[in-house]
Amino acid sequence: MKISFTINGTQRSVDIADENTPLLWVIRDMLDLKGTKFGCGKAACGACTIHVDGQAIRSCSYAVKFAQGKQITTIEGLGSEDDPHPVQQAWIEEIVPQCGYCQPGFMMATAALLEQVPDPTDEDIDKNIVNVCRCATYYRMRKAIHRAAELKGRSSNTINS
Amino acid sequence: MKRQTILLFTSALLIVGVLASNFTIGNAAYTTISNATFDAKVNEGNFNKMMDVLTHKRCVNCHPSDNIPKQGEDSHPHYFGMARGEDNHGYKATSCNTCHQSENNNYSGVPGAPEWSLAPASMMWEGLTRIEIAQSMMDPERNGARTPDETMHHLTEHELVLWAWEPGLNAEGVPREKPPVPKDEYIKAVKQWFADGAIIPESK
Repeated sequence: MKISFTINGTQRSVDIADENTPLLWVIRDMLDLKGTKFGCGKAACGACTIHVDGQAIRSCSYAVKFAQGKQITTIEGLGSEDDPHPVQQAWIEEIVPQCGYCQPGFMMATAALLEQVPDPTDEDIDKNIVNVCRCATYYRMRKAIHRAAELKGRSSNTINS
Repeated sequence: MKRQTILLFTSALLIVGVLASNFTIGNAAYTTISNATFDAKVNEGNFNKMMDVLTHKRCVNCHPSDNIPKQGEDSHPHYFGMARGEDNHGYKATSCNTCHQSENNNYSGVPGAPEWSLAPASMMWEGLTRIEIAQSMMDPERNGARTPDETMHHLTEHELVLWAWEPGLNAEGVPREKPPVPKDEYIKAVKQWFADGAIIPESK
């Protein structure tokens, strides 16, 4: 079965026998985008979080057939080294990662949150960012999320002025 | 002739009075019951079959009374602090659809169906008796302003309701428990219960 979608701004098609294959496997093993991580495989830890049409989804629990015609963004497409997304910039400034394995999922979840709630409170963060970090970098992440909101607000103001 | 008709009608009312004396009407505006054929035992049987399903965890897990969805065969509170949110669909950036799609995912063990969502807060069933659930279900103030006919169609046709018989595998690859009544038998019982006037047996 052929499934076509746009991923990080590039049109891609995959031929796949099982249309229920998790999108995560396609992204990592067929498209060789290794930034998105496999954690628990049951939509519990959030390491595999990506965006589909702007919404955060757990790609381990998302059949590739649902990706047909969709706009997908992974951590590789969120920003670049030269032009990082405000969330990535904030993560660098606050030196958030320890082992780093879960961080792409957290950053994707945070980027999705800031689109919905541009200036999240601690309560918004607690409710919406429910990923798991075994290094327990939650304190630094919380600071980085607030910082990202600040950076994003500033860049929006610059664009609008 | 007129006198005979009145006599017949009065007799019929008396018979129905005896047959239906142990019942309350679920919704006074909806009584299409053919009174002459009403059978209290059959009605109670249909009611119980319907309620065997509607009180099952596959239904009640998403009709919580504390705004927190339940999961699993033990109906534990949904992990990750998930709750109703503003629109019965979780939070703005972490909603039901962050993980649940329009069908079951047997790779991850995450269940799914069209319109995956909590039932609205007015439809809290968790902790209610069968009779209280039926009263809630027939009350337009609490059932989303559905007519009895709409309620019947919802209960027998909506994909999210019928998902209960195709609940997929859990994260350990074990099939989820289905309601104790086969789907066809449930649908037949629900339709008959409504056709008989949606009469709720009294508490015993």
